[in-house]
Amino acid sequence: MSNLTLSVSPHIRGKITTRTIMLDVIIAMCPVLVMSVYHFGFRALLLELISAAACVACEYVWEKLRKQPITVMDLSAVVTGLMLAFNVPVTMPIWELIVGDIIAIIVVKMLFGGIGCNFMNPALVGRVALFVSFTGDMTNYSFSRHVSVDALTSATPLAALDKLNFGDFWELFIGNHGGVMGEVCSLAILIGFVYLVVRKVIKPIIPLTYMGTTLLFSWIFGQNQPVLALFSGGVIFGAVFMATDYVTTPFTNKGKLIFGIGCGFLTAAIRCFSNSAGGVSFAILIMNLLVPYINDLTRTRPFGGVKAK
Amino acid sequence: MSRSRLPGARVPHWKGTAQMAPRRMPVPPEVAIPMSMNIGAPAKPVVKPGDEVKVGQLIAEAGGFVSSPIYASVSGKVKRIDEMLGSNGRFMPAVVITSDGEQTVYEGIAPPEVTDLQSFLAAVRDSGVVGLGGAGFPTAAKLTVKDNSLIKYIIVNGAECEPYVTSDTRTMLDDAPYVMKGVELLKKYLGDPKVIIGIEDNKPQCIKRFNELNTAGLAEIHPLPSLYPQGGEKVLIYNTTGRIVPEGGLPIDAGAIVINCTTLAFIAKYMETGMPLVEKVVTVDGSAVKTPDNVIVPIGTPMSAVFEFCGGFKSEPRKVFYGGPMMGIAVPTLDAPIMKNTNAIVALDDKDAHIPEPTACIRCGLCIDHCPLNLMPVEIHEAYEKRDGAMLETLKVNLCMECGCCSFVCPARLNHVQTHKLAKNVLRAYQAEQKAAAEKKKAAEEAKKEAAAK
Repeated sequence: MSNLTLSVSPHIRGKITTRTIMLDVIIAMCPVLVMSVYHFGFRALLLELISAAACVACEYVWEKLRKQPITVMDLSAVVTGLMLAFNVPVTMPIWELIVGDIIAIIVVKMLFGGIGCNFMNPALVGRVALFVSFTGDMTNYSFSRHVSVDALTSATPLAALDKLNFGDFWELFIGNHGGVMGEVCSLAILIGFVYLVVRKVIKPIIPLTYMGTTLLFSWIFGQNQPVLALFSGGVIFGAVFMATDYVTTPFTNKGKLIFGIGCGFLTAAIRCFSNSAGGVSFAILIMNLLVPYINDLTRTRPFGGVKAK
Repeated sequence: MSRSRLPGARVPHWKGTAQMAPRRMPVPPEVAIPMSMNIGAPAKPVVKPGDEVKVGQLIAEAGGFVSSPIYASVSGKVKRIDEMLGSNGRFMPAVVITSDGEQTVYEGIAPPEVTDLQSFLAAVRDSGVVGLGGAGFPTAAKLTVKDNSLIKYIIVNGAECEPYVTSDTRTMLDDAPYVMKGVELLKKYLGDPKVIIGIEDNKPQCIKRFNELNTAGLAEIHPLPSLYPQGGEKVLIYNTTGRIVPEGGLPIDAGAIVINCTTLAFIAKYMETGMPLVEKVVTVDGSAVKTPDNVIVPIGTPMSAVFEFCGGFKSEPRKVFYGGPMMGIAVPTLDAPIMKNTNAIVALDDKDAHIPEPTACIRCGLCIDHCPLNLMPVEIHEAYEKRDGAMLETLKVNLCMECGCCSFVCPARLNHVQTHKLAKNVLRAYQAEQKAAAEKKKAAEEAKKEAAAK
């Protein structure tokens, strides 16, 4: 009768696991995925699936070779793969995308110790690597098949901000313009945002402060139509999916607030002063690097704690 | 009063035994009564093998101020005084009594004479009562305060926030008048402080019962949100009074005393009957138990006999623990005895006893969000891995009450509570080292001064 297990309490656990969280993120990205196919056709779906599969394969092979426990079932590689695919235009050559996947998973994630240990967002580094390596392919923004507004077809909306008026706003909002696969449809991203918040996977602090600060500083820096700046390019996708990655964002609400504001400020600054199409990526990556410092500065105050003498 | 609520975890309730009035189990053939059933010094046996004892007869006297006497729970003969394996993994003495099945009551049982504070505290002490909610702190020691005017609040703990456990629920339903009598006693002898009865709102029956009885307004009935751990002392004090127990302090430092409702009801009963603490209402539940129930059990009865009384097991038990699943203490064998502070015994089947494999921390921060005391388990984990005593001091792992919220919510299934227990040892060692170093430095400086003076 001494078949009894001994362990420290608690003897029950909640239902949330790393896998359920990642599954929720994937579900939240589904509207984006559907809209990318709607706008760009089935090649979008093909790229997204290949990217996800490549990430999973990278992680699996790496762990197999290193004789480590296989962790692909936590679905985090799928999330990374989808995110990276959403960040490239539909015309991207497949092999280039796979290079990005390898950089994201092997270099940024596995070399630093796997899930939870990377200090920058893998998908974002993958994106930046592709951006500097294949600048032409990465900025070859294709247009949605449903584009109807001339102004939107003339260039990427971000480059043509001055020519737009609010009548075109809805078109912009549902993604009828040019851009990378996952970023064009703000509506789909915001549906995912609401899902993540309702499911308590993320807190709304970072996305809201990020978007708010971008708006504010775009206006301060003299953008003609800051609202359009917000709904074009990658701010919304970055704020909702990239800047809320647990590993590379601060723990506490105060820390998240600082992080969101920092991202927003840097995005607006980079966009206004350097005209870089990678404003969102660099802004989030720079803030990723500051996370350990933000965490140190924003520790919680233990309840009833007395300051050390 | 507007103040933010302390965080916690939404744990399941599983209070399926709440409607089951306690049933008395048959007298077991043998009981093994441990001498360590309370926080503080163990009791000292005053019987020897061969002695005849009766129910309620003293078998061990208190081993110090923070200790409690122990009484025979069955009538019969002392078989031996033996070392037995306690749930903390250490061996401790226990008095083993062979029962004669008669349950003859000891002749000396008589209601205590209580006239003032001193005689009240003496009676509480003699009753053998300890914190029956699970902590097992000797109640008389808790109620002994330097100056009664320090006691601003007495909070009666009816939160019972652990899943499964319903023995306090039964006290509140069956013995509510005794709880109220206990409130009267406390008010009478402890300087008439404000009394608050805190009950989680998942027990509306209990709240209703007390509202009915509280017509004279003796106490404030305070419904608490069903958010684990409402019954944690510091959490309860804050949520009912807004007061904060400082680090290293006792509730009395916040002007409060917390007493479990079953403990209080027992004290009131003792004042009427003089029968000391010899039996306990125990909730028997868990996925391996055939018919979960509330059972009145003589102290020292082996768990196996109690499970048997509940129809035995429907599948082989794989994990058995005292108390609820959030803070319960797992036992290595079913011979483990029912103790004074046992409020429940739970047996889990193979599936529920499975311990999930921990995976890598994804730094989601859920452990921080759900810590009632605002600690940062994720950072404590890192500091412990590095054996960083200074960091553990900054992070105040010493404040952790091991409620288990962090482990419960962790998506990576990390065993935070276990880490915190180990980290506390690292911190203690670090602090001892610091203290020794400081003393050495001071001694060296003094020696230098002396040398200079010469």
